[in-house]
Amino acid sequence: MIAEAGLAALWLAAALALFQIFLAFAPGPLRGETRVIRSVAIAQGALTAFAMLMLLLVFARTDLSVLLVAENSHSAKPWLYKVAGAWGNHEGSMLLWVTILGIAGAALAIFSRRMEERTLAAALGAQATLALGFFAFLLFSSNPFARLFPPAFEGRGLNPLLQDPGLVFHPPTLYFGYVGLSVAFSLAVGALLTGRVDSALAKAMRPWVLGAWIFLTLGITAGSYWAYYELGWGGWWFWDPVENASLMPWLAATALLHSVNVLAARDSLRAWTIMLAMIAFSMSMVGTFLVRSGILTSVHAFAVDPKRGTFLLALLATYVGAAFFLFAFRSGKLAEGPPFELVSRETALVGNNLLLSVILGVVFVGTLYPLFVEAITGTKLSVGAPYFDSVAGPIALLLALLVCVGPLLNWKRDGGERLKRLAIPALVGVTVIVIAVVVVPGTGILSKAGLGVAAMLGVACFLPLIGRRLRRTPLNTWAMVVAHFGVAVAIAGMSASSLLTKEVLTAARPGEQVAVGPWLVEFSSVTPAAGPNWTALEAELRASKGSGVSVLKPQARYYTDPPTETNESAILTTFSGQLYTVIGKPAEDGRWQLRLWWKPLITLIWLGGALIALGGFLALVGRAWRGWRKERER
Amino acid sequence: MIFKPKHQRLVLIAIAGVAVVAAVLLAMLGLKDRAAYFYTPAEIAAGKATPGEAVRLGGMVEKGSIEHLPDGVTIRFRVGDGKAEVPVLFRGIVPDLFREGSGAVAEGRMSADGTFVADNILAKHDERYMPPELGNETAEHKAAKTVAR
Repeated sequence: MIAEAGLAALWLAAALALFQIFLAFAPGPLRGETRVIRSVAIAQGALTAFAMLMLLLVFARTDLSVLLVAENSHSAKPWLYKVAGAWGNHEGSMLLWVTILGIAGAALAIFSRRMEERTLAAALGAQATLALGFFAFLLFSSNPFARLFPPAFEGRGLNPLLQDPGLVFHPPTLYFGYVGLSVAFSLAVGALLTGRVDSALAKAMRPWVLGAWIFLTLGITAGSYWAYYELGWGGWWFWDPVENASLMPWLAATALLHSVNVLAARDSLRAWTIMLAMIAFSMSMVGTFLVRSGILTSVHAFAVDPKRGTFLLALLATYVGAAFFLFAFRSGKLAEGPPFELVSRETALVGNNLLLSVILGVVFVGTLYPLFVEAITGTKLSVGAPYFDSVAGPIALLLALLVCVGPLLNWKRDGGERLKRLAIPALVGVTVIVIAVVVVPGTGILSKAGLGVAAMLGVACFLPLIGRRLRRTPLNTWAMVVAHFGVAVAIAGMSASSLLTKEVLTAARPGEQVAVGPWLVEFSSVTPAAGPNWTALEAELRASKGSGVSVLKPQARYYTDPPTETNESAILTTFSGQLYTVIGKPAEDGRWQLRLWWKPLITLIWLGGALIALGGFLALVGRAWRGWRKERER
Repeated sequence: MIFKPKHQRLVLIAIAGVAVVAAVLLAMLGLKDRAAYFYTPAEIAAGKATPGEAVRLGGMVEKGSIEHLPDGVTIRFRVGDGKAEVPVLFRGIVPDLFREGSGAVAEGRMSADGTFVADNILAKHDERYMPPELGNETAEHKAAKTVAR
């Protein structure tokens, strides 16, 4: 019954989406009042949320008469992973996607009280159009509630790599980011239809962009850490197409975040901002297509079914095509905003957008190139870190340099006097590069330059606070400083860890000692261990550096349902970095394979990501606080 | 210098155009020598891979070919596709599902003596998470799905 209720809710929601489109775009007298469209959008969101709840329920109860549960769950799984397993598969994760799309539409209807009515109605219509396509995708090719008759005796289990707390948070966080951008897309479409592209639209769009961007930032950061400790490969970013699928919307959203501020503050960059809003959600859809169509090699690519890929590609082509057709058709009618001079905050932000777009283009081409080549010539090839690092890396550093400059410029026109303040940060940066070149001879030019740029930005990002009374500085300025400082911290972590990491791969007998970097690691013993649905061989490693001993226990785990082996790394985090240990296979003569890394400063990467997200959060709170105070003063 | 409104739009469009062209040019330039081609053992035997060039080699790990070297962390094995076999040398921890008679993809480069030196090995994961490169070689995937139903 629960599954049927969920399915019924989905059908109803799809019908409401159709009704919402009709109300928003019907000719003249048939067009619904904005009030009515709002109610329909809210009801549609509530129905999708109900359907998702029903799916969580069948997973929590391990109802093996539901095909999806039988294929992906198991009665002996820990409770948390039973529930989170609802989105650890294709159908469930698409339902989560659609649910967030519906909820985002409902939230747009609830919270955008001060928006121009006709633009809001058109935007809600656009949002319903997006939702309808994905409802159709769910109902016709990926029904999560399909029954299995007769019911299975036991489920097939969940991929052990996914049985980790990361699964609980990572997909929903990323999806909030991906799908939150749909609202920016819908608002852009709505504004193009009514021709009302102005700072009021930007102010309505900004919280959505900020919110989605915060979730994307957190999702990417957390996903990177998850891959780092779960895969046991010691890397934190693999330029895997699925990772790129999350990076591309983030790059577009970062550009949009900056240009929407220009539109809100200065009413400039109108067509540009609309274009970016469209690109950002298009990238989300491209990402969904790449991940969900099964054309990629990845743990994210669940079962392969060509029908779904074709369906998603058709949806993607329709929406992106329609949006850009609309843009080409209507953007010429937009009036141009106020002008600005060559040296101004606006120009710096155009530069930011330009460089982010180039990075986006480079990542996009590199990610899709193998697919194109294989489709056209049949040749199989792969594009990995050597390409992305060497092409996107330098542009990213150039962008980081621009981040030092932009916040020091005035809107509209600037004499450039305050740029002199950059002398000290520049000196710091150059000093760091010189030290890096002297201390670490040899290769790694990009990493050394990265350290220098990070040091410069780490100082320069605080310059906008000079001459301000700190307690009266608006929260938005603090937000910018924190986020830009986060960029510096993250770049420092990436550069330092790639430059200074020490790796040891060896075979050792219990009782032997291995040195890695400043650490002396004693391999004491291997003992069996067991969990709810796995057994393991657990090594005990006693790591010491000077005084004090820390114990690490990496495991080689064996899961029973489905039968799979995984390596669970053990990581020791200190202020100066992380000691990362993995135990491999036993060799025939009683030795065990051990892989140890000493990764100095690597934690800065994720700390930086968290700071960037915190900056976004402060900006969101700052804007909300301002809005609330203005409201009260009235 | 102040941009006149009309002038400003043209400049912005020009800048956007430059960005697109720059991105594509940079990407193409980078891809020219940094894309790793995927070869079968037969293609390697035919001399398709230049020594030193980063490539991927995919095939079946030949039965009885895995040999552990005395250092305990290096293995030697042969990858074949029924037509040819290529000797592979790998230093590292092999993935869990790497075994004889099973599919694997090795990332690395050919050395001058005809051995493939692998930096990384990818093995067939469980039947629901299979790299497409290996997917064509076995019907296991479909069979497993049928049993589940």
